[in-house]
Amino acid sequence: MQALYAQLLVGLINGSFYALLSLGLAVIFGMLNIINFAHGALYMMGAFVAYFLLNLGGINYWWALLLAPIIVGIFGMILERTMLQWLTGLDHLYGLLLTFGIALIVQGVFQNYFGSSGLPYAIPDQLKGGMNLGFMFLPIYRGWVVVFSLVVCLATWFLIEKTRLGAYLRAATENPTLVRAFGINVPRMITLTYGLGVGLAALAGVLSAPINQVRPLMGADLIIVVFAVVVIGGMGSIMGSIITGFALGVIEGLTKYFYPEASNTVVFVLMVLVLLVKPTGLTGRAA
Amino acid sequence: MKTRSIASLLLTTALTFAAAGVASAQDKTVKIGALSDQSGLYADLGGPGSTLAAQMAVEDSGLAAKGWKIDIVSGDHQNKPDIGTAIARQWFDVDKVDVIVDVPNSGVALAVNNVIKEKNGVYINSGAATSDLTNAQCSPNTVHWTYDTYMLAHTTGQALVKAGGDSWFFLTADYAFGAALERDTTAVVTANGGKVVGGVKHPLNTPDFSSFLLQAQASKAKIIGLANAGGDTTNSIKQAAEFGIVKGGQKLAALLLFLTDVKAIGLETAQGLNFTETFYWDMNDQTRAFSKRFAGKMKNNAPPTMVQAGVYAGVRHYLKALDALGGNPHDGVKVVEKMKSMPTEDDLFGKGEIQPNGRTIHSAYLFEVKKPSESKGPWDFYKLVGSVPGDQAFTPLSESKCALLKK
Repeated sequence: MQALYAQLLVGLINGSFYALLSLGLAVIFGMLNIINFAHGALYMMGAFVAYFLLNLGGINYWWALLLAPIIVGIFGMILERTMLQWLTGLDHLYGLLLTFGIALIVQGVFQNYFGSSGLPYAIPDQLKGGMNLGFMFLPIYRGWVVVFSLVVCLATWFLIEKTRLGAYLRAATENPTLVRAFGINVPRMITLTYGLGVGLAALAGVLSAPINQVRPLMGADLIIVVFAVVVIGGMGSIMGSIITGFALGVIEGLTKYFYPEASNTVVFVLMVLVLLVKPTGLTGRAA
Repeated sequence: MKTRSIASLLLTTALTFAAAGVASAQDKTVKIGALSDQSGLYADLGGPGSTLAAQMAVEDSGLAAKGWKIDIVSGDHQNKPDIGTAIARQWFDVDKVDVIVDVPNSGVALAVNNVIKEKNGVYINSGAATSDLTNAQCSPNTVHWTYDTYMLAHTTGQALVKAGGDSWFFLTADYAFGAALERDTTAVVTANGGKVVGGVKHPLNTPDFSSFLLQAQASKAKIIGLANAGGDTTNSIKQAAEFGIVKGGQKLAALLLFLTDVKAIGLETAQGLNFTETFYWDMNDQTRAFSKRFAGKMKNNAPPTMVQAGVYAGVRHYLKALDALGGNPHDGVKVVEKMKSMPTEDDLFGKGEIQPNGRTIHSAYLFEVKKPSESKGPWDFYKLVGSVPGDQAFTPLSESKCALLKK
């Protein structure tokens, strides 16, 4: 029983990464109608920016948590301005192919310079060590990841669903022409939204840097699972992607305990089941 | 008109036959295929560095000056057996490749082994670990350089059991390599009076090991044996530190650890780990000289790993055998027989031999990862703590199930 509690907690930790990443994807899909395959590469860039900030600029983890999402977010906004915006109104496939290509190029460039094994990034001193919970030894850093990402997820949900800015945003997706008539700069808002989604990916990258290796392919390995999470949760549903992210982390954690060989595939099995029963995803609305 | 064309046809045919006759007598063309994981979790320990090692072996052989024409092609098997065998088939059928070198990932390596035997090519494997390549699945076309799971088990594994680590829990990569390494290590553990209390098989390329590490922690085993490699090993070690496993009194056995893995983990976390390799760049003047030349040509200035060193040594020996034959017979079995008949000697592995089952025998070294304060340079990671002569490190022929030995 103790082992089970421990696995549940570990599942929540992985779930936080799924939640942060799928949230970014959901925001981008919901507002821009783009299936952002570059999300994994941008997550990786977040981790690399944190690494560079520390090793070249001596800027610590806490600043990286703020700066890396901004830097990568700006990179994302440049992508949106120069490339993605021309795809508005076209079939989803075009956006998917373009962002997939961008991901391959970005990963290739990083791999060329940094190899595939990755670079070490230490846990910040304040979060080193762990505490004994009785049923498991919880590294403080992992606890921090769960709490912090939960706060960020809820804040994003609040921003989009409950504020005036979020209302403009949702209105702009429904009917851009009408929203423009009210004097709102829709293209700029779309760019900022993409920047926000990308920033969330970069933030997840910084959070994961001390746990995993900072590797060029760290995002490529994760992104497919995250897409499955988004599909299960329902494309474009903010709360759906948060809840599914955490839930699937837990389910994956339990699989690692009961039948480890299937831990890679359990998410996809669930995805197939959900698609068979409810093709719009658990919380998605019919298009 | 008609007679003339027939005459020219006959002439052409005659010339072709003449050319073919010359070719079989002393054909001095060779094509080497470096097949590796070029971009995944094993790319740094083999990958582009292995292709470079093969190129350097060709340059250093001096055969070009003797009129040989040697080409190298490289391929990315992406850690998938189907892709690996497809490339190997194309290389033999279309590109006329003579020898395939490197091939990390035991799953791919065993699949490619069959293709090479079928096509009568030469296989100089340096990257794969499974001892089956020269045991149950041995082939007259195969030479296995550098290391294997039997050697890892009988060096690192044995040393740990003898030092009091008598209960083991395995974290095993769920494919041919992990299974072989766990099997060979379990044999050593039980033979030395220890026991295996449990284990978990994880998928290849797992980013998060916390679930598995918690199970290992709960098992209370004295030793947690890591029967995995590359990125999987670095993630296990890093996350084990996070969960306080070593501080809690359990010891990690990195059964297979490469130079590039230590770099990726960082000395802070990796210090004190014991493991075995057959090559380290900072062993003597020859290895240092070679590694300096090698690093100068690598994009990240990395010295060679033991896998890349094995590719160099294997290709050198292969070319020596061809030189001794006086030409390339394009007959894999014949060339490998010649390779086995000649003792091996090079700057990187020293003196050795190739056994009838295809296993190359050379010394193995036990290392310990240095403390950050002891490291004097960007790749100064290892302290030598012991060495094992080749005949004790690798499978004794009496224990080998290789069919080639039954003749």
